Amino acid sequence: MSATPTTEAPPVDGPVPRRPATRRRLVPYWLLLPGIVWLLVFFALPMVYQASTSVQTGSLEQGFQVTWHFRTYWDAFQEYWPQFVRSLLYAGTATLLCLLLGYPLAYLIAFKAGRWRNLLLVLVIAPFFTSFLIRTLAWKTILADDSLVVDALGALHVLDVTSWLGWTEGDRVLATPMAVVCGLTYNFLPFMILPLYTSLERIDTRLHEAAQDLYASPATTFRKVTFPLSMPGVVSGTLLTFIPASGDYVNAELLGSTDTKMVGNVIQSQFLRVLDYPTAAALSFILMAIVLFMVTVYIRKAGTEDLV
Amino acid sequence: MRWLRKNLVVIAGLLTLAYMILPNAVVMVFSFNRPNGRFNYSWQRFSTDAWKDPCGVADLCRSLTLSLQLAAWATLGAVLLGTMIAFALVRYRFRARGAINSLIFLPMAMPEVVMAASLLTLFLNMGVQLGFLTVLIAHIMFCLSFVVTAVKARIMSMDPRLEEAARDLYAGPAQTFLRVTLPIAAPGIAAGGLLAFALSFDDFIITNFNAGPSTVTFPMFVWGSAQRGTPVQINVIGTAMFVLAVLIVVTGQLIANRRKKTATA
Amino acid sequence: MTDTTTGGDVRLTGISKTYGSFTAVHPLDLTVPQGSFFALLGASGCGKTTTLRMIAGLEDPSTGSVFLGDTDVTDLPPYKRPVNTVFQSYALFPHMDISENIAFGLRRRGIKSVKKQVDDMLELVQLGDKATHKPHQLSGGQQQRVAVARALINHPQVLLLDEPLGALDLKLRRQMQLELKRIQTEVGITFVHVTHDQEEAMTMADQVAVMNGGRVEQLGAPADLYENPRTTFVANFLGTSNLIEADVLDTGADVLVTAGGGRLRVPADRCPSAVRKGGKLLVGVRPEKISLAHADDAGEIGADRNRVTGRIADSSFIGVSTQYVVNSPAGAELQVYEQNVERRAGLLPGTEVVLHWNPAHTFGLDADQDIDAGVETVEDSL
Repeated sequence: MSATPTTEAPPVDGPVPRRPATRRRLVPYWLLLPGIVWLLVFFALPMVYQASTSVQTGSLEQGFQVTWHFRTYWDAFQEYWPQFVRSLLYAGTATLLCLLLGYPLAYLIAFKAGRWRNLLLVLVIAPFFTSFLIRTLAWKTILADDSLVVDALGALHVLDVTSWLGWTEGDRVLATPMAVVCGLTYNFLPFMILPLYTSLERIDTRLHEAAQDLYASPATTFRKVTFPLSMPGVVSGTLLTFIPASGDYVNAELLGSTDTKMVGNVIQSQFLRVLDYPTAAALSFILMAIVLFMVTVYIRKAGTEDLV
Repeated sequence: MRWLRKNLVVIAGLLTLAYMILPNAVVMVFSFNRPNGRFNYSWQRFSTDAWKDPCGVADLCRSLTLSLQLAAWATLGAVLLGTMIAFALVRYRFRARGAINSLIFLPMAMPEVVMAASLLTLFLNMGVQLGFLTVLIAHIMFCLSFVVTAVKARIMSMDPRLEEAARDLYAGPAQTFLRVTLPIAAPGIAAGGLLAFALSFDDFIITNFNAGPSTVTFPMFVWGSAQRGTPVQINVIGTAMFVLAVLIVVTGQLIANRRKKTATA
Repeated sequence: MTDTTTGGDVRLTGISKTYGSFTAVHPLDLTVPQGSFFALLGASGCGKTTTLRMIAGLEDPSTGSVFLGDTDVTDLPPYKRPVNTVFQSYALFPHMDISENIAFGLRRRGIKSVKKQVDDMLELVQLGDKATHKPHQLSGGQQQRVAVARALINHPQVLLLDEPLGALDLKLRRQMQLELKRIQTEVGITFVHVTHDQEEAMTMADQVAVMNGGRVEQLGAPADLYENPRTTFVANFLGTSNLIEADVLDTGADVLVTAGGGRLRVPADRCPSAVRKGGKLLVGVRPEKISLAHADDAGEIGADRNRVTGRIADSSFIGVSTQYVVNSPAGAELQVYEQNVERRAGLLPGTEVVLHWNPAHTFGLDADQDIDAGVETVEDSL
């Protein structure tokens, strides 16, 4: 036997540790460098500038100075709190509606569509390719006074109820909160459906059979098996809907009225028309803080209680 | 009644789909309208005038070209930077991974108007002239995170043994990357690129804040026309893009199906 | 086995691998003779794959060196080593067809005209008609043969196989074992084969190194390992062994021991050298060496045989043989395999029996070891 089975035989002069070349250890940093610098300079640094702008005072003509004028925050919030409330309310309602409308469609595509699955997916994504502004303008036609949809809602006395709730005004839908929420829901539905579909599609259909075999009715199967397993999709879908909806000003501008302005509209007009940079920066900062806080709490809650 | 209960999900799903498709149908129908006033919001009578002369409105086609150029450059930039980040995140160990992950996640968890406003304060403070470049910078910034996410998912599902096999079969690092890693990661990179293109092409809010007066992208043009008067031609462009996209996807699907069939035969 | 015309042996000297505080492979010396079919056998996590990857260059050893013949290749990257690997689950390039996969190595070395060689290789692995197929269109067994062809076409000095048959079903695995053995004999290249399947290692390899916990427990020809295990791990991992704790009564040409009231003899040359009177010894015997007799017929057993009394706890008929589990004062759950030459009635659970065997088939092991080391548990059995 020429093989020598020595299990423990360190070399005579002891183990010589080898080290990978330092050049190879630097590779990840070189890969990260350009992209991360881009994000630092054009995403993180602007946040710092914005923070600094929000505590400046002055005027466009004489220039702005940092005076640590925190009152801007208080003034801005006091003047525009209805817009903040509206933003959160509209975005929250739209997110809930997206979930209620989107779930059946995602479920349909994932489990019931069969060979139609790809066609349905294309139909969900295809509207993206028509500019969302053009599509939002189409709602102006759909919800116009005396349009088919509005007449039908009126005939069914739906508008009586919504008017009583304050969502619409008389027999008008356009330029009311309902029109804005309707537009928001429409605009962000694909962002709800796609993550929902992805997480539903991953579910092994044999789990449904197993649940029904173990005496679960279809409703119980959904409540105890399907829905909990689709939670990752629900969480990312609601986030992808709520976050952009809360800062949106396009729908409120095109479909709403002065009474449906959201905080995005205020930031936009303060920045681009009134040119009151400190107030705009403070409003933007408050919005960011609220959204980040809500997102963090939501992820925590969804992550620890519902996901497990 | 039983039938209704059994097919409740299907009916609800199809209603949602109708809700999603309805505006596209309206856009399409109204591309054949001849409106009386400046606004194309109510149906008057059938006409194909706009289809015969899609560039007949001043600046419309110029804004479309600008948007396509912008989206192309933004996609290139975001794909390049994003792919590099994705590879670093999946394949290497390094310090500050958590911080870098947050930096990539945050732009996706931020209302667009906040990013738009803060980037504008940066440009104003730096005294940068607003124009094509500032918009491009902004677009690359917000597309980057989405590209990273898409490419990362693909690389993570890739068997690391494939690259080891290439190295074992006499391919050096460069050859391994070009012949094995890149072709296999390609679908993820393509998906990220497509997403970046769509996001950039359709972006309005960030562009609205950071564009100069001469950089009118297609969404900016539509926004402006919503104030001044909406030409039928924007419906033509919208419809054409919609149809084109569906056609591309369907043909792609057909080709893939045929290839699968001939391959198994 | 000592042909040194090309290349030479694979030599590992003091090679080890640590990840942080975890030692995957302890410093290890190993020589694989040129042209041999060498198996690294062990349970998952024993360090066998790490050892293989260090030979391939896919893992940098923490200490020690790898030699191919007289050349130190420790610092060569994998693409500069004349060594090729058949990966676990094959790692065929999914975006290339079969012939492109096979030609990959040749092309990377700048060889332009590869068609002839690729065709020959496809012929060798009997896949001539699949050249333009994509890997996912092939069955597991076919993919496995492509992986072998893709490596062998480069005429490596050593072919490394990492659990190459692990993904195949039992019948196909047996078939591929013979196939791989045929190819190895045909091309004469050194094969180093990593597996957790002891049957596979024993059927295919000229030499087997049994690894456990990052060390080589024992190395030798399959029959030698089976007949003369030197540790309880090897005794239990390679096939099944009955191990009985016994007290040494006397030493000599045969070592005399007592267990559970009975006396057994073990040839002294099959015992550890440290055995001494009054000490302990683990007495081992393979299940197929044991014969069963009714307690009533005990008188007919030859006086020179080792014997243990007990009661049948369980019996299972498995075609070629019947397997009995016998509880005895000497040890619980002793295994006995009896060939089904003729059906024997009356050996039912509960029956009092005598187990007897030729003392020459008995081996002794150092009693300081874990008696159950290497026993397959439910989780890791196939």
